[in-house]
Amino acid sequence: MFGKLSWAAVPLHEPIPMITSVVVILILLGVIGWVVAKGHWRYIWDEWITSVDHKRIGIMYILLGAVMLVRGFADAIMMRTQQAAAIGESAGYLPPEHYNQIFSAHGTIMIFFAAMPLVIGMMNYVMPLQLGVRDVAFPTLNSVGFWLTAAGALLVNISLFVGEFARTGWLPYPPLSETTYTPGVGVDYYLWAVQISGIGTLMTGVNLVTTVLKMRAPGMSYLRMPMFCWTTLASNLLIIAVFPILTATLAMLTLDRYFGFHFFTNEAGGNQMMFVNLIWAWGHPEVYILVLPAFGIFSEIFSTFSGKPLFGYRSMVAATLFIVVVSCMVWLHHFFTMGAGPAVNTFFGIASSVIAVGTGVKIYNWIFTMYGGRVRFEVPMLWSMGFLVTFVIGGMTGVLLAIPPADFVTHNSMFLVAHFHNVILGGVVFALFAAIEYWFPKAFGFRLHPGWGKAAFWFAFIGFWVTFTPLYILGLQGMTRRLQHINYPEWAPMLYLSVFGVAILVVGAACQVIQLVVSIRDRDKLRDVTGDPWDGRSMEWATPSPPPMFNFAVIPNVEGEEAYWGIKTRAIETQRLGPEPVYKPIHMPLNSPVGVITAFFASVTGFALIWHIWWLVILGLVCAFAGFVWFAWRDIHEFEIPAEEVARIDRARRAARRAILERLAREQGKPA
Amino acid sequence: MDPKGPVGQGNRQIIVDATLIMLFIVVPTILLALWMGWRYRASNTKAEYLPYWSFSGRIEAVVWAIPILVIMFLSGEIWIGSHKLDPFRPLESDQKPVEVQVVSLDWRWLFIYPEEGVASVNELVIPAGRPVHFSITSSSVMNTFFVPQLGSMIYAMNGMVSQLHLQADQPGEFRGISGQFSGDGFSDMTFKVRSLPADQYAGWVSATRGAGPVLDQTAYAGLTHQSRDTRPFTFGAVQPDLFNAIATRQAPPGPGPVAQYGRETTPASGEN
Repeated sequence: MFGKLSWAAVPLHEPIPMITSVVVILILLGVIGWVVAKGHWRYIWDEWITSVDHKRIGIMYILLGAVMLVRGFADAIMMRTQQAAAIGESAGYLPPEHYNQIFSAHGTIMIFFAAMPLVIGMMNYVMPLQLGVRDVAFPTLNSVGFWLTAAGALLVNISLFVGEFARTGWLPYPPLSETTYTPGVGVDYYLWAVQISGIGTLMTGVNLVTTVLKMRAPGMSYLRMPMFCWTTLASNLLIIAVFPILTATLAMLTLDRYFGFHFFTNEAGGNQMMFVNLIWAWGHPEVYILVLPAFGIFSEIFSTFSGKPLFGYRSMVAATLFIVVVSCMVWLHHFFTMGAGPAVNTFFGIASSVIAVGTGVKIYNWIFTMYGGRVRFEVPMLWSMGFLVTFVIGGMTGVLLAIPPADFVTHNSMFLVAHFHNVILGGVVFALFAAIEYWFPKAFGFRLHPGWGKAAFWFAFIGFWVTFTPLYILGLQGMTRRLQHINYPEWAPMLYLSVFGVAILVVGAACQVIQLVVSIRDRDKLRDVTGDPWDGRSMEWATPSPPPMFNFAVIPNVEGEEAYWGIKTRAIETQRLGPEPVYKPIHMPLNSPVGVITAFFASVTGFALIWHIWWLVILGLVCAFAGFVWFAWRDIHEFEIPAEEVARIDRARRAARRAILERLAREQGKPA
Repeated sequence: MDPKGPVGQGNRQIIVDATLIMLFIVVPTILLALWMGWRYRASNTKAEYLPYWSFSGRIEAVVWAIPILVIMFLSGEIWIGSHKLDPFRPLESDQKPVEVQVVSLDWRWLFIYPEEGVASVNELVIPAGRPVHFSITSSSVMNTFFVPQLGSMIYAMNGMVSQLHLQADQPGEFRGISGQFSGDGFSDMTFKVRSLPADQYAGWVSATRGAGPVLDQTAYAGLTHQSRDTRPFTFGAVQPDLFNAIATRQAPPGPGPVAQYGRETTPASGEN
């Protein structure tokens, strides 16, 4: 009846997962109870869970990513403390079978369920606003994509409580991940969680590429798009190109595990090297899927806070597309040590370092964006400067690893671990924190407290270097990654130092939480009434904060690069806004529960597949499909916002803008 | 970073060279970034303000040229280094290399000396100053064979044989590890490397030969079971062609663990 599932699957004798599970379940029940008791359930269901508004979905993505970031960070704390505790005779507090799950979960969660949702959430929220449109191309598909990602995250977290997670690393290399060597359900949890969320990501990729290609405001030609839209396009093109490879590769491993196929097995003609090639053909572009939008975020921030257009815009576009193409030709650098031969290694070594050309150009363009500017060191700008310093060094160690003979002694070492944290933390995570700071007032109508934001930055920046510099050194001393137990006591001082760095990072994370709490408390003081708190340059700042559901009362006509900057300078010069437009009723897509219903049954199906509960697999699939059919048959799919309502909302926006103009006029009128 | 052989020295040389080449660019870039931010800070009204300046062909040419030139320089390093330090390439030496066949087990290392007819587990003994030719395979999952102080590592994979050439210049003791996660016993999957002067090495071979058990397919099958017992021991004789049988899977591969209720059981530490 229940397949492999029984009470023995619940780790009752292991305190860490049990206590965590109980706490998580209590918090969940508490939140749900509070929502129901306060009568917010209706609001959350109508306005958020079933919402197809790209802004709401973007915020939910970011919320999911933030929660998973905390979960992944907790794993990281356990890993660093275990390594510091388990030196020489001591075994530490985590046995290998538990520790191995933790580092596998850390990687899986951070990439698939923290970084990806945060990046996709940003693209979802900002890109349609910057393009001057009302939503993405396929709003309901957007909701499905989000909920499938959430379903994957749910499965990973269920594994904490029921069964176990993979003990094979975040990329389960066969033959270790085959049933012979890993017969448990851990790898199956990994496979189905990543598979379900991967489908969601692919849907998002299709959706956002279509949006950029087909949905721009009139006059918004490709070379007038803000840099963030370009990098969004680039990143989503990569998603479409490589996520099918991931799906296919994991499907092959699934067939090996469930039906005794021999794609990657040792016997019957299977080949483990094939898996390694395929997974990195996805895995390396995946890095750029994350980091290209980060580059877009920094481009927006450097330009806004320097009070200048981005330096070398066309050069930036070229560098971005260059990275897109080359990123698909470098995967072999993840396994120079597999013995491919000098010619192959040379090709991939050079191809990998060539990426540094595109990145290097971008770095210089950001630096020259500041040239001749008036640089305001607000919190987003601090993260960006921290990024410049950190990322250049991460890039350098990356090129070092791309040199095959150097990789022969640093492959899989702590040096590698330090390198990719250097670029992913220093590049992607710094960008996301900068972006949250930068676009938060747009999304919620008030700024985040700058003092706590600055504290968070400095703790994160210093904490990062204190954590990872020792790991670089340990890597050069021959320490390999994923060690549950350290045999060489002379590594202890560096490992302790690294734990100290993690402690600083914890303080930084606490500052972020405090910043959020303080800002919500003082929201009236931090209120953004103008809709343009940073003196922005692209179209999202033309809307009020938070933007109305339809974003723009009238779709703007774009007349140059930096669309909003043009409108704003014209208004300031002429001392008045453009003429009031004729307001028309707006048709917006109806909310739909199809996303959450599909994802619910996808989770059920995934869980049933993991535990071999075949009747539930069929039931889940049928119900998920039925949800789609029901959605496809609906008659009404749009509703109308009447013209008076549009006019009312937009007149308020115009009044706020007029107030800015008057204030500016008064300030200029004053004697200097 | 304290190499004891020509391969390790080669690896280190490349790391040092490449780092210096890149620091030559990276340090000025960081300083430029910080200076630029400082010079054009909003409170510095003495700096000129160029609100529309956003393109300069000359600067563009320079910022594309700098990374391209650096990468061209490094490409030379990559090309030469990849060929010279290719793990499969024999080392230049007037001495005939020692043949060692390496099998990664769950979670131990087996070293077979086909010419000497001996074998050892978790202890690699090599003569100093003479190249060693390793033929490497795995009894089950992937590992990498890595002696950090001697240089390059390479994967050990079931059903396949990879090659590695290393040399220890001086007598000494080094650490050997696996560089690829391979399961629960991975962390302690270490081995000792003893580099001995030629006469002592010959002494070790003759002392080992004939002493201890015989390594044949049955004894090998016993070794393939998962074990976290890392104590070294030796075999006094080796069935000829055993390595070939392992690499071609005629000798059965490691059986792996047993599952229970979806959670895996692992043998306790020290269990054989």
